[in-house]
Amino acid sequence: MSPARIQWIALTTIVTKEVRRFMRIWQQTLLPPAITMTLYFVIFGHLIGSRIGEMGGVDYMAFIVPGLIMMSVITNSYANVSSSFFSNKFQRSIEELMVAPVHPGTILAGYVAGGVARGVGVGIIVTLLSLYFTQLEIHNLLIVVAVILLSAVLFALGGFINAVHATKFDDISIVPTFVITPLTYLGGVFYSISLLPDFWRAVSMFNPILYMVNTFRYGILGVSDVNVVFSLAMLLVFIILLAGYSLWLLRRGKGMRQ
Amino acid sequence: MSVPALVVKDLSKVYGNGFQALKGINLSVEQGDFFALLGPNGAGKSTTLGILSGLVQKTSGSASIMGSDVNTDAFNARRYLGVVPQEFNFNQFEKVEDIVITQAGYFGITPAEAAPQAEKLLRALDLWEKRDVQSRMLSGGMKRRLMIARALIHSPKVLILDEPTAGVDIELRRSMWEFMQELNRNGTTIILTTHYLEEAEQLCRNIAIIDQGRIIQRTSVRELLSQLNTETFILDLTSALAETPDLEGFTVRHTAADALEVDVVKGQSINRIFELLTALGIEVRSMRTKSNRLEELFVSLVRGGRS
Repeated sequence: MSPARIQWIALTTIVTKEVRRFMRIWQQTLLPPAITMTLYFVIFGHLIGSRIGEMGGVDYMAFIVPGLIMMSVITNSYANVSSSFFSNKFQRSIEELMVAPVHPGTILAGYVAGGVARGVGVGIIVTLLSLYFTQLEIHNLLIVVAVILLSAVLFALGGFINAVHATKFDDISIVPTFVITPLTYLGGVFYSISLLPDFWRAVSMFNPILYMVNTFRYGILGVSDVNVVFSLAMLLVFIILLAGYSLWLLRRGKGMRQ
Repeated sequence: MSVPALVVKDLSKVYGNGFQALKGINLSVEQGDFFALLGPNGAGKSTTLGILSGLVQKTSGSASIMGSDVNTDAFNARRYLGVVPQEFNFNQFEKVEDIVITQAGYFGITPAEAAPQAEKLLRALDLWEKRDVQSRMLSGGMKRRLMIARALIHSPKVLILDEPTAGVDIELRRSMWEFMQELNRNGTTIILTTHYLEEAEQLCRNIAIIDQGRIIQRTSVRELLSQLNTETFILDLTSALAETPDLEGFTVRHTAADALEVDVVKGQSINRIFELLTALGIEVRSMRTKSNRLEELFVSLVRGGRS
């Protein structure tokens, strides 16, 4: 059997296992974001949004929907890989992969694809729920697909790195709680940065999530606070950097080999 | 001449805390062998197996499986190898059959291709009825057998078993021995570590004893047992004796009213004991060895190596 075929089957095996895992525990993986986002739509979009009127030139509900979809994709891509990979480390079932002829790149691609599958899956659920509250007309489908996939890949890689370095379960909740959530809320999900004073607008430009949210919003609504091309290029650069670092960790067997 | 199943050269391992687990060991195991790596706790057995399976990084030296170096040609070395570790290391929430089929996938075998072999192994290891059960629901013995099924799903040429029957009841242990012997008869090279020296004596043809990171003995089981100078037999008698009988040429201890212990030195005939007992009108109901022969040798070798 050729090495390439072995890697391909190993890759599909890892992805299947990952998808089976988050589908098996759908009450923990798919249901909570659906409920949380529905509450956001009702409270921020419908109740408060009706008093706000327009934001960035569009209805407030329509304005926040892309940000909330992107928030779901980011957090779920990250959480899937960090919890699954750390759990495999904790239970030592990661050794099943370490004793097999599986290339580090295949392992990484498999876990990242699993994270992307959950992120995009939750994104689709949230999108379908949002249709009850507003109408979505896609301005540029290519940008929508590109930014969703790239963001999901980037955060799945982030979740992987977090899981490799984590030594206890608390360690995989620190980054989502203290880094990703604040950056997401300050990343223009609920407001346009044009509302901010100059200083805070300049500070916001260092927040990478602002670029993802706005690029996705551009793909749907055609309005954005940032340069879309720069945003996509930045995503690609970060993906290359994190993927390189992840592969280096895997080759060293950090936290997996003694 | 066929390539050896396993070759280890000057293998050393120093852990991060400075502990030197292996001090340059050399070892070779031929294809088709049933080989035991024995040693007290902390001797370096699991470290050696860990390096072979890719879970521990060596400090220096080399190791190869079927001629493929475990570091420079890890891809092929791992294809030849099946590993049954000491600790349970499968996902506790996955179903039994899924664990085995998933492992096949890591070796390039699709679920459709792996299904017949998975069924065959699960049936042989008495786990087929539990195939849809989450692995955490299995008993300890079943979990050990699950790890054996998982290690064999890609039909490895070399199987490493680290304490495969630890905590397994006697009946199950014997059925696992039969399974392993059948596997070995069909051409799989088996390398095992065990604390049950009876297991090594029953199953293995060749043996290495490791202590404090060094191989202190590498020989065949038969050769090792021939080093025994004295063996002690316990004789249960049909009636009680008032005093210790004098059996010329043998050391006899009267351990209970109706039991004797007799030391038989290498070269002495056991028949002679019965001749002497018959002459004294003493009838023997049953006879057994006092302790595992290999165990005695093991203890003396380890003590000898340390002194």
